[in-house]
Amino acid sequence: MSIMQLSVFLENKLGRLKEVLNILSNNNINIRALSLAEKSSYGMLRLIVCDSEKAMEILRKENIAVNTASVIAVGVSDKPGGLLEIVSLLEKNSINVEYLYAFVDKSGDKAVVVLRVEDVSRAERIFSENGVKMLSEKDVKSF
Amino acid sequence: MDYFNRTVETASSSSLKDIQYGRLKDLVRYVARRMPFYSRAMAEKKIDPEKFSSVEDIKYLPFTVKSDLRDHYPFDLFAVPLSEVVELHASSGTTGKLTVVGYTRNDIRIWSEVMARSLVCSGATRGDIIQNAYGYGLFTGGLGIHYGALELGASVIPISSGGTQRQLMLMKDFGSTIMTCTPSYSLFMAEEAREKGFDTKGTRLRVGIFGAEPWTEGMREQIEKEWNITALDIYGLSEIIGPGVAMECPGKEGLHLWADHFLPEVVDPATGEVLGEGEEGELVITTLTKEALPLLRYRTGDIVSISWQPCPHCKRTMPRISKIKGRIDDMLIIRGVNIFPSQIETVLMSIPEVAPHYQIIVTREKHLDRLEVQVEVAEKVFSDEIKKLEELEAKVVSEIESALGISVNVRLVEPKSIERSLGKAKRVIDQRKI
Repeated sequence: MSIMQLSVFLENKLGRLKEVLNILSNNNINIRALSLAEKSSYGMLRLIVCDSEKAMEILRKENIAVNTASVIAVGVSDKPGGLLEIVSLLEKNSINVEYLYAFVDKSGDKAVVVLRVEDVSRAERIFSENGVKMLSEKDVKSF
Repeated sequence: MDYFNRTVETASSSSLKDIQYGRLKDLVRYVARRMPFYSRAMAEKKIDPEKFSSVEDIKYLPFTVKSDLRDHYPFDLFAVPLSEVVELHASSGTTGKLTVVGYTRNDIRIWSEVMARSLVCSGATRGDIIQNAYGYGLFTGGLGIHYGALELGASVIPISSGGTQRQLMLMKDFGSTIMTCTPSYSLFMAEEAREKGFDTKGTRLRVGIFGAEPWTEGMREQIEKEWNITALDIYGLSEIIGPGVAMECPGKEGLHLWADHFLPEVVDPATGEVLGEGEEGELVITTLTKEALPLLRYRTGDIVSISWQPCPHCKRTMPRISKIKGRIDDMLIIRGVNIFPSQIETVLMSIPEVAPHYQIIVTREKHLDRLEVQVEVAEKVFSDEIKKLEELEAKVVSEIESALGISVNVRLVEPKSIERSLGKAKRVIDQRKI
């Protein structure tokens, strides 16, 4: 069960991040999770939002380079070693992690880890076989 | 003041005209007989190669442009069989195809002569040690200076360009007295020298002969101060012969153009009308004596003005052209290499991950020209992985570098961030302040 992540290409220019966040805010798009990766001249803003389709459409209209990627969001128990279990499982099955970022669920007892892996469908199968709970698009909208 | 060929260099204006007229008449007959390209063009313009009554009649002859050379790649424009060609050179052109030039043994003799005149014009003598840091190879810079030095009888060090440490070592150990390279390379060397604690003012250098790229009076002052030398401008282009078409004397009031071999005109770049003395326009040159690849009214693309007054400093009577004030096309000269934006465009068109919108930013850092190509990422194919973007950047860099032969920086920018224009796109932003 993968979810949709938006990837926004940002030139490293003063105020560029603000412009993008402004557009989202003006259109009532709520950001659930995000991470920003940076290079010297550009950055990549990765977003999980409540309404990806709409967000994508309005960003495109504003000439912002946006793309989608399938990521897996898994709930991890908020205690030492929680993430380790997930990563070990991937390692055991030789699945490479491209990047990940995490946030804490509103209810507070779970951390949510967003994973971008090489082989999404195989990772999904392995997680479900091992009882790792993956969040659906619907879950993302509600948390 | 010394001359390499006093009779010609100080000839009266009427005897120079006589020489030019005689040679022009022969040239027109020569190309009409040997080059179908010109005999056709003259037939179209109903020009009788036998009927030339003065040098001024040159204005009826057809122009030649760089693409004419390219269209006849590699040897189809040559006026002699390849068996008579003793040397070939080439420079880059707009489409990646090279502009090829050839020389007969006599052409090399003429080149040697005009280069020797240029060296003497700068103040060089047989006793000088010339450190020739122009590139040796297909580029005409290195060998042109070399031939002139041999002709003059000076000692030439064929060190070629690059290898700054070695340049400095030989400069000191060999006691070089004349430096020849691009002006920007001389400043780059000075900077390296300073960092290494090398005393740039304590060398035996007296004169620097700089060319192959445009440079300003400001750069001249800086070079002269850095090295404690007289810095002089040399002009040339491979299509005409290479370096040695024109050369400044230490008076620094224009470049003396060897008009007994190269007949100059300045024309309005838009209409082709011949302009008067002192008016700024495109320099057009007819090679009066070349055999392998003589050219009628070649459009150099360089903007200059011309003076036919004798030089108040060295008394040479050859016409003088101003320093190059610009280009009529979008050709860039980066570290002595000719670059056309269209070459970069061709490369970008072959890479699907980038949009064909680009901008070229030229800057000069630490006296070296830097070329940055800004490319828009194509929205449909850009990846969310930084790794892939880095790979894309590296791919664009390596493909441009292999096409252009010089190093570039590539910067990925957002789609539609490069200004669109309805007319001719502003592809080049030159921040070098030349």
